[in-house]
Amino acid sequence: MALPQITSPHAHSQNSTGDVMRLVLLATLPGLIALTHFFGPGTLYNIVLASITAVTCEAAVLKLRQRPVAFYLRDYSALVTAVLLGLALPPYCPWWIVVVGTSTAILLAKHLYGGLGYNPFNPAMVGYVVLLISFPIDMTQWALPRTVLEEGQTMMGPLSALARMWLETPVDAYSGATPLDLFKHHDGETVQQIYASEALFLEARWAGAGWEWVNLGFLAGGVYLLYKKVFTWHTPVSMLLSLGLMAAFFYDGGSSNSGGSPIFHWLSGGTMLGAFFIATDPVTSATSRRGKLIFGATIGVLLYIIRTWGNYPDAVAFAVLLMNFAAPFIDYYTVPRGYGHEKSRPGRGS
Amino acid sequence: MQLLTDFILQRSVAEAVMALVGLAVLFGAILGYASVRFKVEADPIVDQIDAILPQTQCGQCGHPGCRPYAQAISNGEAINRCPPGGQATINELAKLLDMEAPSLDEEHGEESERPNVAYIREDECIGCTKCIQACPVDAILGAAQQMHTVIAEECTGCDLCVEPCPVDCIDMIPVEITVTDWTWKRPADDTEIAQLIATDSGERRAGAAS
Amino acid sequence: MRKLWDIPGGIHPPEHKEQSLGRSLIDLPLPPIIVLPVSQHLGAPAEPIVAVGDKVLKGQLIASGNETISANVHASTSGIVIAIEERPLPHPSGMNGLCIVIEPDGADQWTELPSCNDYRQLEPPALLERIQAAGIAGMGGAGFPTAVKLGSPLKIETLIVNGTECEPYITADDMLMQTQATDIVRGIELLSFLLKEPREILIGIEDNKPRAIAAMESAVKEAGNEGMEVIALPTKYPSGGEKQLVQMLTGREIPSGKLPAQLGIVCQNVATVLAAYRAVRFGEPLFERITTVTGEAFTEQRNVKVRVGTPISFVLRAHGYDPKHASRLVMGGPMMGFSIINPEAPVIKTTNCLLAPSLQESPPPQPPQACIRCGLCAEACPASLLPQQLYWYARAEDQEKLKAHNLFDCIECGACSYVCPSHIPLVQFYRAAKGDIRRHDIDKKHSDRARKRFELHKERIEAEKAARAKAREEAQAKAKQRNREKAAPTAGKKAPPNDANDKASLVADAVAKAKQAPVTDQKAKLERKLLSANDRLSKLKQKLLETEHSPDQADAIRARIKEAELVSEAVRNQLAELPKDKAPVTPKALAVDAVKPEQAAEPSDALQNELQQQLVLTRKKLADIDPADHDGAAALQLAINVIVQKLENAKTQGPAGTSTATERASNIESDAITAAMARTLDKDKVQD
Repeated sequence: MALPQITSPHAHSQNSTGDVMRLVLLATLPGLIALTHFFGPGTLYNIVLASITAVTCEAAVLKLRQRPVAFYLRDYSALVTAVLLGLALPPYCPWWIVVVGTSTAILLAKHLYGGLGYNPFNPAMVGYVVLLISFPIDMTQWALPRTVLEEGQTMMGPLSALARMWLETPVDAYSGATPLDLFKHHDGETVQQIYASEALFLEARWAGAGWEWVNLGFLAGGVYLLYKKVFTWHTPVSMLLSLGLMAAFFYDGGSSNSGGSPIFHWLSGGTMLGAFFIATDPVTSATSRRGKLIFGATIGVLLYIIRTWGNYPDAVAFAVLLMNFAAPFIDYYTVPRGYGHEKSRPGRGS
Repeated sequence: MQLLTDFILQRSVAEAVMALVGLAVLFGAILGYASVRFKVEADPIVDQIDAILPQTQCGQCGHPGCRPYAQAISNGEAINRCPPGGQATINELAKLLDMEAPSLDEEHGEESERPNVAYIREDECIGCTKCIQACPVDAILGAAQQMHTVIAEECTGCDLCVEPCPVDCIDMIPVEITVTDWTWKRPADDTEIAQLIATDSGERRAGAAS
Repeated sequence: MRKLWDIPGGIHPPEHKEQSLGRSLIDLPLPPIIVLPVSQHLGAPAEPIVAVGDKVLKGQLIASGNETISANVHASTSGIVIAIEERPLPHPSGMNGLCIVIEPDGADQWTELPSCNDYRQLEPPALLERIQAAGIAGMGGAGFPTAVKLGSPLKIETLIVNGTECEPYITADDMLMQTQATDIVRGIELLSFLLKEPREILIGIEDNKPRAIAAMESAVKEAGNEGMEVIALPTKYPSGGEKQLVQMLTGREIPSGKLPAQLGIVCQNVATVLAAYRAVRFGEPLFERITTVTGEAFTEQRNVKVRVGTPISFVLRAHGYDPKHASRLVMGGPMMGFSIINPEAPVIKTTNCLLAPSLQESPPPQPPQACIRCGLCAEACPASLLPQQLYWYARAEDQEKLKAHNLFDCIECGACSYVCPSHIPLVQFYRAAKGDIRRHDIDKKHSDRARKRFELHKERIEAEKAARAKAREEAQAKAKQRNREKAAPTAGKKAPPNDANDKASLVADAVAKAKQAPVTDQKAKLERKLLSANDRLSKLKQKLLETEHSPDQADAIRARIKEAELVSEAVRNQLAELPKDKAPVTPKALAVDAVKPEQAAEPSDALQNELQQQLVLTRKKLADIDPADHDGAAALQLAINVIVQKLENAKTQGPAGTSTATERASNIESDAITAAMARTLDKDKVQD
């Protein structure tokens, strides 16, 4: 009787790629709830549409590449890309924005490079940047949070949101500047003055109405993932730390040249989404612990620089993509010291 | 002197030419120094090629030995004429020479899975020494009218000794794998598995097989 | 409490240890057959010293490890050797290997064992010899010969006794410590004595074995040895790896490519310590061991004492193995063990566990997905490697990068494969890559050697060619000079030189030369010459008959006949003149006789020239040859004789040697060279 020849180890942990991705999806929930609460159902629609597009594209490409479709769809990676992109897109943006962005992410950024695990750039961020550069107006109109709506205005209902998305009915009253926009165009006002004059800050506790809660939601999700050991603390913590340090360094006592406080930067825009869900994408980030620290910290610095002195309102996508470029380089120089070796030799292994 | 300076200063063309010449000299000197100071001592290309070739000295490439072939490659001959080295050698050569790796030219022979070693059936050997003369690495021991034998350790498996033998008593035997030199096989990676499970229903099967 | 260090990485797989601890330790009955592989350890296989049909006793040496790194094999029961042949081995390859097969006679009769009541009377070398004689090899799984490990000349400061048993399922060492703690401690004292009292003795046990820890602690207390300490280690796989254990207990890392002994540390498994003790105290060889039989595919999971050589199938039957429920059969633990393909393979010295997990415990491997570089593997790696990078390089077969990323520091613990969410068989990639690199290195060495030999071969050919060319030139010069000398006296005459006269003078020369040779040789030569002259005479006469109608030719032939008759006459005279020496005809002469009839009938200066050259060349070689090389010299001498002979033939008879004759001569010559060459090469090899 011949028995099967199976190589060790003969035991395996219970987790799989699909499980990891499902956890990531689960962890976006607090942030998603905050977004929906403050900005209406737009983000939900984005996510649903993006998911449908992503799965369709993924299945089509797999079919074309003659790969088993169900096997690969079960890794949930297409859904994660779709959800992250959906979270990053402005609520109530036209439907085709979502479709173009998602298909770019899946087709161009992921499968042209060989599929999951082979893509050098974060697919969701590639999709986002392509949209931002191609359709700047649609991409920079963000809805106003529920708390700063004018008297008599109510949140957009589900149906009017759908109409806005599909028929592109103009609803200027509902959209406005984000906190980051306000800081970029503060016309010589000091931080104090901005905080005192803008409804977005008047209605806020720390950083900007709605936005602070959205960021806290993503922070909570990120901490959950850390607890679940989906990734290590190195990238997000170093990124947030360096962002905070940059903000503190250039705070300038809150003068008219100030870029905003660390708290403001931590709780504005896509900071927490970027720190815990984008920069930690394992495929496109550095691998060693030291590498992750450098990777995260540099993203934090770039994020602050582009946010404060660049042309775009937020910079998570650019900062992350720039560092995706550098990830192999960082890996090359941060090989950890192996057991029984004096010290690591940069680029050669230890 | 004053005149010359004025002349130069008044004519921007002269100024530009002087500046460019000056820069050229300066950078030329730097480059020249660097090329001497940081000279990389590399093996001559023939040595590097020769180091990759398997040294069977079989002559299947059409050259009398590996080094002559290395010489020929450095003079532009095709790199796919070495059957004993097979695709691995071609790939290494292609990497060294920074070119696309062609597949083996079957005209020069086929790649064999395992290396061979010559074996003389000693009962039949008549001691003619013909194989000894044919052996490129002097790996056959014997004298006239004496039985010959192959030093298996030194045999490159080139099979040049087989043809001259008048009584056909030389066999090329594949080197057998024993428990001591057995190694694990490389498992199929995810892309190969994907090809293996062309359909979703084949997934379970592939899982069991891997 | 002693300070402990942490190791990087590590995992906490489900332990499954209780499964086999529920039942007590028992002895497995005698199997109907015992199969003892000669290679159960690391290093060279032992050599069988019994023959088929021999009766052997339990504990008798049946195969001896003669190399430096090898281990003896002993019969594990009494019986008859029924075969020494290739049988399936418990090896990942599933291949066969040499085994000594014993049919037990049931008496289980011991051979006489050399016991020793007080080992302190013995010197360490004598103790080592006893351990070596008992064939003890590391029982934790690697099987490194224990005597070699203990025999290091370096001063040992720390003796570490490994009772961690960090692999899930296995409880053999746990059981051993629970039941034989006192003897283990005695064994530790023995090793301590043997290693000249190391400064500290650390007994490392994972804290998931409280009963073993308690038993060992009380045994240590009883022994009252101050330097000995039982240390409970936090449970974490792979704490039992030698490198990891050293790091946890001492905070030091064994430098890559070095041995623990170079840090003054020796690690021994508890079972090995006990075996060493029994070997010294009772002279008992390593013939049985405790093996954990576990996994849900057994109805009865427990630890058993198994004789080495017991077929695994026998163990399986004894424990209610159900093949339908088993997903696989593993020797060793679930992390590092290998699957057994043929259950007829025997239990050997390193078999610490036989694991037959059910499909629920160990489902069939899932198809691997793409690596997402999640880094869980790097977090789990106890050697701080980057498994995901190694995986990419292994796939790309980039051996340089693999080496640069310290592939060879990988201990193949399997932690990376365990945690991989994409189910990539990482360890398998590394094993294959290591194998490829090793083979590549061997091939490289082989090809470097071949290159060197080919270059030497070419040099030799070149040198021979050059020497031949030089000799030819010299010979030509000589021939020219001789021609000039000869031409001088006849320069005045326009007539062509008288052939017959010329030949006659050559004959005279030859005769003169022949006289200088030893008498026996001369006689043989003359006889041969006579023979050939007569032969030639008859041939010429034949030819004469054939050429009757052509007067010109007939005249020429007649002239030659005359000449040949003269030669024949001269030789006969000479022969008569020789002293009556009845010395037997030499073999050389016989050999030459064999050549002779092939010589044909045309006189040719060219042939003579050629022969001359060969002669010069061969003489030169004889002069050059290593004086110690008697065989070569003899061979060359033979060649010279042959050539001289032929030359004389050519001179005396005038006929050109046929091509066959020339070939023969040159063959003989080349044979001699080859023989000499081969010997010189052999010498080179020895010097290498």
